[in-house]
Amino acid sequence: MPSTDVSRRQFYTAAIYGLWSLIAAALSIPAAAYLLFPPRLRKAPGWVEAGDISALEPRVPMEMVFRQNRVDGWKVLSERTGAWVVKLSASEIVAYGPQCTHLGCAYHWDENRDYFLCPCHNSVFSIDGAVVSGPAPRPLDRYETKVDGGKLLLGPLHPSKAAS
Amino acid sequence: MSWLDHRTGIETAVRNFLYEEIPASSGWHQVFGSIAAFLFLVQAFTGALLAFNYAPTPGDAYNSLRYILTEVTGGHLIRGLHHWGASMLIVVVVLHMTQVFLYGAYKKPREATWMAGVILLLLTMAFGLTGYLLPWDNRAYWGSVVATQIAAHVPFAGPYLSRLLGGEGAIGVVTFARFYGLHVLLLPPATGILIATHIYLVRKHGVAPAPGDEVQPKKKFYPQQAFKDTVAIFAAFVILFVMAVAVRVPLERLADPTDTAYIPRPDWYFLFLFQTLKFFDGPLEIVGSVALPGLAVLALFLVPFIDRGRVMRVTRRFTAFGVAALALLGWAGLTVTAIATTPKPDNTVAIDYGAPTDWIGLSPQELAGIGYFRKENCASCHTTGSGKPRIGPDLANLPIKKSAAWMIDHFKHPAAMVPGTSMPPILLSDAQLNALAAFLLKLTPQNAAALSSAPDFAVEGALVYQSKGCGSCHQVNGIGMTVGPPLNGLARRRARAWVIKHFADPQALSPGSIMPPYRFTPREMDALLGYLFTLQD
Repeated sequence: MPSTDVSRRQFYTAAIYGLWSLIAAALSIPAAAYLLFPPRLRKAPGWVEAGDISALEPRVPMEMVFRQNRVDGWKVLSERTGAWVVKLSASEIVAYGPQCTHLGCAYHWDENRDYFLCPCHNSVFSIDGAVVSGPAPRPLDRYETKVDGGKLLLGPLHPSKAAS
Repeated sequence: MSWLDHRTGIETAVRNFLYEEIPASSGWHQVFGSIAAFLFLVQAFTGALLAFNYAPTPGDAYNSLRYILTEVTGGHLIRGLHHWGASMLIVVVVLHMTQVFLYGAYKKPREATWMAGVILLLLTMAFGLTGYLLPWDNRAYWGSVVATQIAAHVPFAGPYLSRLLGGEGAIGVVTFARFYGLHVLLLPPATGILIATHIYLVRKHGVAPAPGDEVQPKKKFYPQQAFKDTVAIFAAFVILFVMAVAVRVPLERLADPTDTAYIPRPDWYFLFLFQTLKFFDGPLEIVGSVALPGLAVLALFLVPFIDRGRVMRVTRRFTAFGVAALALLGWAGLTVTAIATTPKPDNTVAIDYGAPTDWIGLSPQELAGIGYFRKENCASCHTTGSGKPRIGPDLANLPIKKSAAWMIDHFKHPAAMVPGTSMPPILLSDAQLNALAAFLLKLTPQNAAALSSAPDFAVEGALVYQSKGCGSCHQVNGIGMTVGPPLNGLARRRARAWVIKHFADPQALSPGSIMPPYRFTPREMDALLGYLFTLQD
């Protein structure tokens, strides 16, 4: 009978599409989770000693280079990293992350012009980290800081908020 | 005709593929080839995913695999699919060949289709052999040592084969690179091309008809046979998925070339070859390692030329059934014998390195603390870093870290330290409360899950260790006294029987020892030995 033939054909087609969709979902959802979810964190990064602050002059940025442990996949790397440290006032010391907030190039302090300059796309930051000109979308990122016996300790690096 | 079809012809191609004419007798018995092709794609997909988080050098390989298993979301599932998919692929390929063999579907003009299939079987096994080394655990290392040694024994070609596999001298970085290169660079495209050839040949000659099909009208592949293939593929996938989720995939400790106690075994589908070797000694070894397997492959390859009779109904192919039954019997017999004669290692304990193993580094006191934590059901009122908040505070996230002394006083008289608390006093001895406090001091949100995964046997063993005061003379993980020898690495130094005898009468085995004899219940002895044998150097 043609009508049962049609409904049987519909059943076959529906089953083929349905089962293949299930298989595709069962493979693609875990794959997406596997690639996109952040891995379980093993250790919260602690405080790391950046350097001596006795040589720090008021409002003269100094680059401090130190070693920091970083969890990189299955490894914990001890790597050299830096921070631009500025004594903004007698009570306030800030440490900026070493990368421009535009595209991550290393910026430096221009002593003649008194600002931070990124050589990639000419982003300019003032001594307090604010964007003066150029394409940078937000002020320089800051480390959490604390001072212990003349030593500067750095905590996690927090992305700064874009000035509105 | 649509725009796309006009430019690419893809719709016509798919239609031609789906509406292929197949014999009237086609049915469920012909689904295995499709399952095999599907499983190959699953292997390629999961293999690529694993490669995204895997470093193919010894040492790093093991650590990155552990990273996949313990830290990456879904890593366990992806590795499970790849591991069990390999076994399943072997099973399905063999089922596919058996069906073709029983039905005589290899006969003229389909000889080349069959021979391409035999090469695909060998490629599948080559995948298994090379993939076995990649976790770089003890199992992988020792299994591959045996495999490369067999290759080295091939007459004339042996030394060259050995050099080709980088297995000259010892297995190391070179062998690893060769196996990895074969597994991910050479074998996949070779297999892909051969599968394409195989399917092209099936299409060229059409699905093999059974006697009587010539008088029946032909059917279309779509939708009826496509439905059967889909259902079979789905069933296979469900089995694979359940195995990947539910069955533990072995990951042992890091490959250790100095481990003389290890009993190397290949994966289950190579066990029959492994067992065959045992029947041939000395100069005859070559018969088991090369001659017999070589002849078997040759015979398999030449099946269409050995059996040149006319096509018969499957129910009348008695010889084919006889040969298949004999092969199955021989294979099963060899495999079962190999499993049955595998000695049980008496002083190695199976630790699942695919799960967090932070507990291995704990002191016996801290590990015993986990035992008291479990026995006193602390988790019924407290969380440890995750889960729904309960009546008591989260012990991994206490706002202020208390001292051990404070905790012990609090355990004894909860309300005296925290007025108004509904926590009942814990009725344990001071030493036991000390252990509990030691464990809680170690607890952080990062390690809470890892610590709670400590296996029961180790925790029980640590409880016995603590209660007998073993730590007043011995050291474990650097904690304890050094009057007696440190106990880390005991599994390497002593057999189980020796340790049991030593407990009963220490001076008999270690003259001059000041260790007093100990009596344990069988349960205590099991737990303690299990624990002591997990202690790493």
